[in-house]
Amino acid sequence: MSSLLQTYSAIAGEDVVNQLCQLARLVENRRVVHVNSTRQGGGVAEILTKLVPLMQELGIETSWEVITGNHDFYQCTKSFHNALQGNKVDISDALLKAYERTNRRTADELGPLLEDADVVFIHDPQPAPLFSYLPKRKGKWIWRCHIDLSQPYRPVWKYLGKFVVDYDASIFSLSDFAQALPHPQYLIPPSIDPLSEKNMELEETEVLAAYRLFGLDPDRPLIVQISRFDRFKDPIGVVQAFKLAKRYVPDLQLVLAGGGASDDPEGEIVRREVEAFSEGLEDVHILELPSDAHRTINALQRAADVVLQKSVREGFGLTVTEAMWKGKPVIGGNTGGIRLQVINNHTGFLVNTPEGAALRVRYLLERPEKLREMGKKAVRFVRENFLLTRQLREYLTVIVALMHGCKDRIELG
Amino acid sequence: MSVQEKDNHAFVVQDCALAAIATGQRAHDLRELRDKLLVIDAGSIYYHFWGGLLRPRFDDPEYHNDFAIWARYGLEDAILAERLGVIDPTDFVETESLREQVVAVTEERLDESEQIPAAKPDNPFYFVRSQIVVFDTHARIEYPEELVDAIPFMSVGSIFFHFVDARRRTPTGEDDFRPWLRTCFQGFEDLCEMLGKVDPFFSGLTALRKRLTDVLSSYFGK
Repeated sequence: MSSLLQTYSAIAGEDVVNQLCQLARLVENRRVVHVNSTRQGGGVAEILTKLVPLMQELGIETSWEVITGNHDFYQCTKSFHNALQGNKVDISDALLKAYERTNRRTADELGPLLEDADVVFIHDPQPAPLFSYLPKRKGKWIWRCHIDLSQPYRPVWKYLGKFVVDYDASIFSLSDFAQALPHPQYLIPPSIDPLSEKNMELEETEVLAAYRLFGLDPDRPLIVQISRFDRFKDPIGVVQAFKLAKRYVPDLQLVLAGGGASDDPEGEIVRREVEAFSEGLEDVHILELPSDAHRTINALQRAADVVLQKSVREGFGLTVTEAMWKGKPVIGGNTGGIRLQVINNHTGFLVNTPEGAALRVRYLLERPEKLREMGKKAVRFVRENFLLTRQLREYLTVIVALMHGCKDRIELG
Repeated sequence: MSVQEKDNHAFVVQDCALAAIATGQRAHDLRELRDKLLVIDAGSIYYHFWGGLLRPRFDDPEYHNDFAIWARYGLEDAILAERLGVIDPTDFVETESLREQVVAVTEERLDESEQIPAAKPDNPFYFVRSQIVVFDTHARIEYPEELVDAIPFMSVGSIFFHFVDARRRTPTGEDDFRPWLRTCFQGFEDLCEMLGKVDPFFSGLTALRKRLTDVLSSYFGK
């Protein structure tokens, strides 16, 4: 077994990696290509950075290609992203032309590789039209949508849907995101990479350094929410919950840490709203972090006694998974993928109001033995369900399933 | 696919992996759930009763099928959740009979309800079906004693296949181990009885694997 597989084996379990090896044998000699729009930054690149080498080490010939374009292309795909998540964004014909032009050029460049591949994973809308521009393709094409498509802006989905409708299959993170498409829509929740900077073990000194850096007191209780400054994440509700809890826990500290405001014009506005709402409150730390501050986020999550993700609307909520992986119970909004992860009284609490969040904060800080017990359950829950190895197993299962037709039960010798 | 090697008595260790597929069907209230249950693909009934063990979920579930979970947390109807939760899929040889039972319970509750229980708009029941891929691990178990060392290293997929899925494959509704022990060996009635007492529905697959390991270790004195 290679060193990378051994490393994952030590974390996820030998049986888990052995099963991956067995499944990989069912697709050996097949060529798999992943296509997305960036090698760095963002959750998709983060996952592919580890997923592709893992697939290679399992003996599957796997490559990773990237579609790149000009300013108009990115402007267009950024608008797609916002529209698919429900914002009413009308996109000009000029931008759509740039999008299609970039895909045609990429189809020319990658044509031989993609046409020969046995399986092609197209991640998100950016490279979606490649399918239409490569009529000589021979493999199975899968559109992997990482975006919350539960309430897309219909005109934009109508435009994009025509590019994905003829794929062999698509993959969505949750049932809520599936759309009316005439092919199998597999459901595969996202995962975290336990070896990434955001999730790897840290030395105690690094966690203590984060306390110092942000003026936090390591001897006093700390609650943390890591999220973009976005109204759906309810940062004001978090501050309200903090205020209510602080009446009973006077030493309580709160960190609200977000980032990426540069590509999110509303982020700045929401952050100012939160700052205004928190004015005069002691021990509220509102932090604007750069998008690559993975180790800092890691340290803050580890420093927390309790992590909050009090969203009123959420896609999957990988920040919940990350916190649970660090042994923290999570007080999460009763919505979306948070419901899959936060199991009331076991890995945390689902709440609907700031009052509910405050009550649970007080309960957990008053009952440290319960807090530790829930933290341990949270780690185990993530290890068994939300690590990269599980996502890879499901990708391999989908590949095998597509190679053998649409039967409910596929029995292989 | 047989769990016994053709030419000898060796136990063929198999594994399986599950892929969940959206059906596009959803229910927002109890009547809609009943209506969809009547026509939904049988694979979806299978998934919502059995698939939970093979997909991300908590190890210590309060309810053992998705219909009961939604009744409790979607419809907030604890009575219906208890009635659905107690349905044991192993009591039904055919998925169609299982479907009829679920429909009967939902209809009974509809008759009792003055208003149709409904979920919040953002929490409907999504009907999902599954594809299951079964494959040979090429591991073989020659003698019952070897189970003690083999079980802890089996994947949870293998545990699911041989201890849970087997109950709907075998004519006697048992796991795969007991028929193998009875057919190929003599003198393991006690072990079969002990294995028969392990209920697979009250723990996750990792805990189930540990429980089986404990039973076998205790029987073989290891």
